[in-house]
Amino acid sequence: MGYAWNWSVLLSATPSGETTFLGWLLAGLQWTLGLSLAAWLVALIIGTLFGVLRTVPNRWLRGVATTYVEIFRNVPLLVQLFIWYFVLPELLPSTWGSAIKQSDPLMQQFIAAWLCLFCFTGARVCEQVRGGIESLPGGQRNAALALGLTLPQTYRQVLLPMAFRIIVPPLTSEFLNIFKNSAVASTIGLIELSRQAQQLVDYTAQPYEAFIAVTLLYALINVVVMLAMRWVEATTRFPGFVGGR
Amino acid sequence: MIVYDKVSKWYGSFQVLTECSTQVRRGEVVVICGPSGSGKSTLIKCANGLEPFQAGEITVDGISVGAPGTNLPKLRSRIGMVFQHFELFPHLSIMANLTIAQVKVLGRRPDEAAEKGLQLLDRVGLRALADKHPGQLSGGQQQRVAIARALAMDPICMLFDEPTSALDPEMINEVLDVMVELAREGMTMMCVSHEMGFARKVAHRVIFMDQGRIVEDAPTEEFFGAPRSERAQQFLSKILRH
Repeated sequence: MGYAWNWSVLLSATPSGETTFLGWLLAGLQWTLGLSLAAWLVALIIGTLFGVLRTVPNRWLRGVATTYVEIFRNVPLLVQLFIWYFVLPELLPSTWGSAIKQSDPLMQQFIAAWLCLFCFTGARVCEQVRGGIESLPGGQRNAALALGLTLPQTYRQVLLPMAFRIIVPPLTSEFLNIFKNSAVASTIGLIELSRQAQQLVDYTAQPYEAFIAVTLLYALINVVVMLAMRWVEATTRFPGFVGGR
Repeated sequence: MIVYDKVSKWYGSFQVLTECSTQVRRGEVVVICGPSGSGKSTLIKCANGLEPFQAGEITVDGISVGAPGTNLPKLRSRIGMVFQHFELFPHLSIMANLTIAQVKVLGRRPDEAAEKGLQLLDRVGLRALADKHPGQLSGGQQQRVAIARALAMDPICMLFDEPTSALDPEMINEVLDVMVELAREGMTMMCVSHEMGFARKVAHRVIFMDQGRIVEDAPTEEFFGAPRSERAQQFLSKILRH
């Protein structure tokens, strides 16, 4: 293979001179982390909310939650992103639409990508929460209600604490996915980690170094997430639970 | 105390309860028996509104269970219920299982609730297990805790839904002993059970159900002495043979 390896390229200055190419990658990493964590936080909240709604006795509330899930998990992520970014401003009243278009482009990209990621991931979290709740014996709900707990108290005190413990493993996968899925934001111009890699290739013509470095950074994120979730799993364990002491 | 007036219930087009009428007076112990699928569990779950019913009326302490304006959580907090599969909350310690509803529903202070919890654990002989989790207890111990959890709410009556049928034989008596004691203290009780020895010992009346109907509703001695219906005679001859 006639490829001329040159790892020192990462430490050489960028054309603008204010940082190194590695500095670019780290700047991209910050956007990836910021976007993914902000989206994950909201995805957890709405995923829990709709996951609960999918299991309540009221048919209409269940219908609302089902509609949300079916829309956001059945349309490709990339298509959703384009709808948020390109189509939505056109559908809004024209004063709002043009206000959006005149705002800071970076904010436009970030907010579109954030909305896209949390709606998509929220739908998947929702299904996991529902699965967790439905895997509990039906008698648990009855026992809580029979003690006089209201339905919200029953969820808060009895069903969700158990359901979340059960779904830590799939939730970990989902948490990992959101960092990887955040790479779609590069298609609308947000300079996150994978976009920085492409930019590095354009400027240095050293694709292997650029993509290996980016791969390692994604891997690093995932290792940290896995360790964190393993810690969560260990600290929420209780005696008599599967894997408990 | 608990009055059923022509209660009927359907799952879709399948009728599970047909015009069931009976009542449980204050301090009375009523045992409900019958073949599986006869609607026994459904009947007592209607009493605290865990199962909705479509026709008839049930009142508990004068309050209509099925009426739209009824505050069901409040009513349920006054009716103790014990389930076949215990249904302790596995993520909470035994003490937390006993105190959670006292604090969240009755608004008792945590220390007050804990004191009450300990008293009741003492009563069912399990004080030493207060800090354990349900998964570390045997079935019989879990069911005794479940009874204590229900009693911690100071209920006006208790519903038992086959409390011993998920237990190993040697654990059945430890649970029945607690129930007998409770009955002797004058607790109003409605028990779905096949423990005919228990029924004979403490029940004032026995209700026999078949295919969603109350076929027989008689004082205990009369029921065991000479059941009027053929179906009840058959049932008794099958379960009392051994």
